[in-house]
Amino acid sequence: MSDLTKLTLTDAVKGLKAKEFSSREITQAHLDVIEKANPALNAFTEVTSEHALGMADAADTKLAKGEGGLLAGAPLGVKELFCTKGVRTTACSDILSNFVPTYESTVTQNLWNEDAVMLGKLNMDQFAMGSSNETSCFGNVINPWRREGEDTQLAPGGSSGGSAASVAADLCLAATASDTGGSIRQPAAFTGTVGIKPTYGRASRYGMVAFASSLDQAGPITKSVEDAALMLEIMCSADEKDSTSLKIETPKWTDSLSNGVKGMKIGIPKEYRVDGMSDEIEGLWQQGIEWLKAAGAEIVDVSLPHTKYALPAYYIVAPAEASSNLARYDGMRYGVRQEGDSLDDVYSTTRAEGFGDEVKRRLMIGAYVLSAGYYDAYYLKAQKVRQRILMDFEEAYKECDALLTPTCPSAAFGLGEKSADPVEMYLNDIFTVTANLAGLPAMSLPVSLDKQGLPLSLQVIGKALDEDTCFRVSKVIEDAAEFDAKASNWWS
Amino acid sequence: MSVTPDDVRKVARLSRIKISDERVEPMAQELNGILNWIEQLNEVDVEGVEPMTSVVEMSLPMRKDEITDGNRSDEVLANAPNSADGFFVVPKVVE
Repeated sequence: MSDLTKLTLTDAVKGLKAKEFSSREITQAHLDVIEKANPALNAFTEVTSEHALGMADAADTKLAKGEGGLLAGAPLGVKELFCTKGVRTTACSDILSNFVPTYESTVTQNLWNEDAVMLGKLNMDQFAMGSSNETSCFGNVINPWRREGEDTQLAPGGSSGGSAASVAADLCLAATASDTGGSIRQPAAFTGTVGIKPTYGRASRYGMVAFASSLDQAGPITKSVEDAALMLEIMCSADEKDSTSLKIETPKWTDSLSNGVKGMKIGIPKEYRVDGMSDEIEGLWQQGIEWLKAAGAEIVDVSLPHTKYALPAYYIVAPAEASSNLARYDGMRYGVRQEGDSLDDVYSTTRAEGFGDEVKRRLMIGAYVLSAGYYDAYYLKAQKVRQRILMDFEEAYKECDALLTPTCPSAAFGLGEKSADPVEMYLNDIFTVTANLAGLPAMSLPVSLDKQGLPLSLQVIGKALDEDTCFRVSKVIEDAAEFDAKASNWWS
Repeated sequence: MSVTPDDVRKVARLSRIKISDERVEPMAQELNGILNWIEQLNEVDVEGVEPMTSVVEMSLPMRKDEITDGNRSDEVLANAPNSADGFFVVPKVVE
């Protein structure tokens, strides 16, 4: 029954409901492939086998009675920054290496309320700070994809590298992830999987280890557009425990995602055509445009003039918020404490030992841009540029219903290739970060392979609260692209 | 604006991150690399633009002033590096 791991989430849920197989069977099938694959891919930081089988049996009991929620019995992976009651949650940092939450994040609780099964926790960049999953204290995640005829290890993207790699390698049916500057969509693009970041405020941030609170949003990484709609409508909810959670109903995107794009206007922002972008990505973008035209959409050229300033603005706003959020790690109430000569020495040694280099770099940038004398020049300026970026989108959306862009300027790169220069690494998020700054929903889906055999993806950015259009546009592209390539299994 | 080694020491102190003397100069270079790239924001005309404080226009909700939780000191202390008799044990704060 090893084929059970190849199912989409949607098909697995149907099969479980129809009793074609049990949750224990599909859960065990996943645990078996994880055992073989994880030594090579390093996607899971912890496999909660017993816990998973217990949840599977509970789901099977409900399914046998014709009961069970929308995800009854379906085995999923959880990114290491979602607090899970009784299961270690480290954000892949040393400072939280022994942290076992006594409460559950709202997003994961929503999944368990629908009787999903947790297989374990998934590797990520430390505190979600990274674009290649090279900053985790658990080591690098290895991308299941390789360039044709090569065995160079490629980055799975980041920060949700474990989520993306595990879905791509069929180690779980779907995974939770989070996106502050592209951390769902860029790893999805690097691994040939689907990912969506919803509108800011759709998903509760309660119980998610905070990085930059005005940008962080949870979302899923999945094998198909329909799976993404199913996961997202369960993950999102109005939540009193998060004051920025929107007090609105979550739509049933699974009901409307096949409604097509006839009569829709799709904007093509010219600023996303950057220097040095490959012909293949340009060609893929053009192909996407043709598919949408053929499905009855109208294509309009739009301009988002401040696009190039999004990343520098992000690298003020996000570190500033991080420096404030991560002040809580002082070694007093939780986490690992180092000894020192004085209280201050305890703090500074605890934090020096507990944080990795990239985290320290960003915390220091954050403290710098917020410090007296620099606040106006950096932080306030960035907040104004951020407003300009939002205004760009508002202007563009007078002409169109959604935007189509590439997700990333390149396919997956090799581990270590970009880690020497922080700025070069940051540039990977050039197309994804704008949606975070403006709080907009944005979805990435795989479309084709490049000439080295690596997946390439397109991104659909919607208006605020209009995930529906993202799903419908993505569904049309998915159906036209018929992308069904998988990484060849070298790991087991 | 250029980050000096003294700035690095100051920011490290503000961040409560101990930094060794030999890391100060390289860190200054790394921060300058990032901040020089950020300087391009000066090209943007932000005259009359209000700084964004929230992507969603909403006022933060007030909850009812009532007790909804409590009696969880064991859970609160469960992850403490050091605790005793229902308290966090911390290094001496006041001399």
